[in-house]
Amino acid sequence: MYEVRIHGRGGQGAVLAAEMLAMALVAEGKYAVSIPSFGFERRGAPVVSFLRASDREIRQMTNIYHPDCIICVDPTVANSVDIFAGLKPGGTLVQTTQKPLDALFIPDVVATVGLCDAVRISNEIFGRSITNTLMLGAFARTTGVVSLESLRQAIRDSEFRDAGLAQNLTALERGYAETVVHTIDRRVTL
Amino acid sequence: MSTIIETPPQATGNKVILCEGNEAAALAVALARPDMVAVYPITPQSSLVEHVAKLIAEGRMDADIVDAEGEHSVLSALQGGALAGARTYTATCGPGLAFMFEPYFRTPGMRLPLVMTIVTRDGITPQSVWGGHQDAMTVREAGWIQIYCESVQEVLDTTVMAFKIAEHHDVMLPVNVCLDGNYLSYGASRVEMPDQAEVDEFLGDKNVNWHVALDPLRPMAVDPLTGGSGGKGPSSFVRYRRGQCRGMQNALRVITEAHEEWAQRFGRRFAPLVESYRMDDAEFALMTLGSMTGAAKDTVDEAREAGKKVGLVKIKTFSPFPVEALKQALSGIKALGVVDRAVDFRWNCGPMYRETLGVLYRLGRHLPTASFIGGLAGADLTLEHFHRVIDATEALLDGPAPDEPVWLNAND
Repeated sequence: MYEVRIHGRGGQGAVLAAEMLAMALVAEGKYAVSIPSFGFERRGAPVVSFLRASDREIRQMTNIYHPDCIICVDPTVANSVDIFAGLKPGGTLVQTTQKPLDALFIPDVVATVGLCDAVRISNEIFGRSITNTLMLGAFARTTGVVSLESLRQAIRDSEFRDAGLAQNLTALERGYAETVVHTIDRRVTL
Repeated sequence: MSTIIETPPQATGNKVILCEGNEAAALAVALARPDMVAVYPITPQSSLVEHVAKLIAEGRMDADIVDAEGEHSVLSALQGGALAGARTYTATCGPGLAFMFEPYFRTPGMRLPLVMTIVTRDGITPQSVWGGHQDAMTVREAGWIQIYCESVQEVLDTTVMAFKIAEHHDVMLPVNVCLDGNYLSYGASRVEMPDQAEVDEFLGDKNVNWHVALDPLRPMAVDPLTGGSGGKGPSSFVRYRRGQCRGMQNALRVITEAHEEWAQRFGRRFAPLVESYRMDDAEFALMTLGSMTGAAKDTVDEAREAGKKVGLVKIKTFSPFPVEALKQALSGIKALGVVDRAVDFRWNCGPMYRETLGVLYRLGRHLPTASFIGGLAGADLTLEHFHRVIDATEALLDGPAPDEPVWLNAND
């Protein structure tokens, strides 16, 4: 079982991102479940969604408390919520940021970090900050858990139409291409 | 959001899609080809009726839709539709179900085979808009068949089966398919879509008003005045009520047959009344209902690996209560923990727990039990919660049974 928690703010598409990722994984022959968190979601408020993937049938319909990977589609939501809560040791962070790695707080449990300046790119593509499809590209680049082609198809099969569809496909490609992946080599300090 | 995904080679030949429970219910309704739906949106049911409206607007479903001004009108309009011979459908929950109660109670009395999804929601007040079984549990005495689903696939398959069960001439009663608000309504999973032609064959031709009709060619008094203490009043009222009770008992057999035929045709087998999971050599068991069951089964697997002889009993058909099936499922165990997603205010326990006490009486021996209440108002029931249930139930084997319910989310 591979578990992902997506953090964002209302309006950035964190819930839809989990569904599109699930669609892509199902198309690859895997079992997948996506679940949104439940609260009074509204534009700008912190939002969480969950994604489980497995080669076998998934029976749990619950939230995720110990994810293998965190996708954070907003640059500042980590100031409001503990996005690293329960992350498994050796876990992965896929983060939108314009900062370099050494300017970020990265707890010891994180072993792999994918960084993507998704807000800037999204402003270039959409004229506003909608980062979910960009960050799906960043996730594919960072983890290799899902193929770019499956994500392309999931976006095509979603509700996007015309210009919006083209923009989101571009966002996916650029998220994949413009993500820098760091493997953190933890050293014991005496 | 749904999409048809290329069929993977290992699948059974059916189309595989990803969809939420609310959309699965809507797609199942489209497969059942109702003539009429009436709707009023309410959280967490809203996206279900939006999907139905969209399917009709796109021409993928050929039904009249009534966008009514409230749930009382929704069900009243559907009663008229059913009396005129239509296959009918709606969905609601929580306060909407409460507002619907007057026609809700009358529907089984008139023996109208409607299908209605309850996207279960906790009772207000305290104010909340999230899942829980309080709404469906509160109306469980009203004479509807109530069937609870564990997964999105089971929502889809059971919703189709519900029409066959409701319209069976030995039943002729309305059916609630209960799907958990939040975790199933918005949880999206991989599901296999049944083939339309196969579903058409499975459901057969509808014949929903052969017994009671608004039809100028067959004039009859519909729902005539009965009862009182004079003339044939008492005996005719008893005849109606007793027939209703007989229909409910017949439903136990018809539900079982429908699930068997579904398994034969579509290759997916669900326990129709009561599911026994790892019960063969179980010393004690927990009992679950609805979407909590998946996490509970995973917990049972972990506890088994740790050497605990625990099993799980899931109720699928809650009304009519599957007394005999449950009696058999519980026959070999020495302790039972029942997990409810609602409360029974009168007995200070969960409602499924209270119903189960009646079955224990028929077991003819003492079985130590405990009532666990959790998952209220959208609260999560995780593996950690079910490990606590398993430990507390195991402790009943050689300790006293609590006379208070255990509130699983009290410290969450």
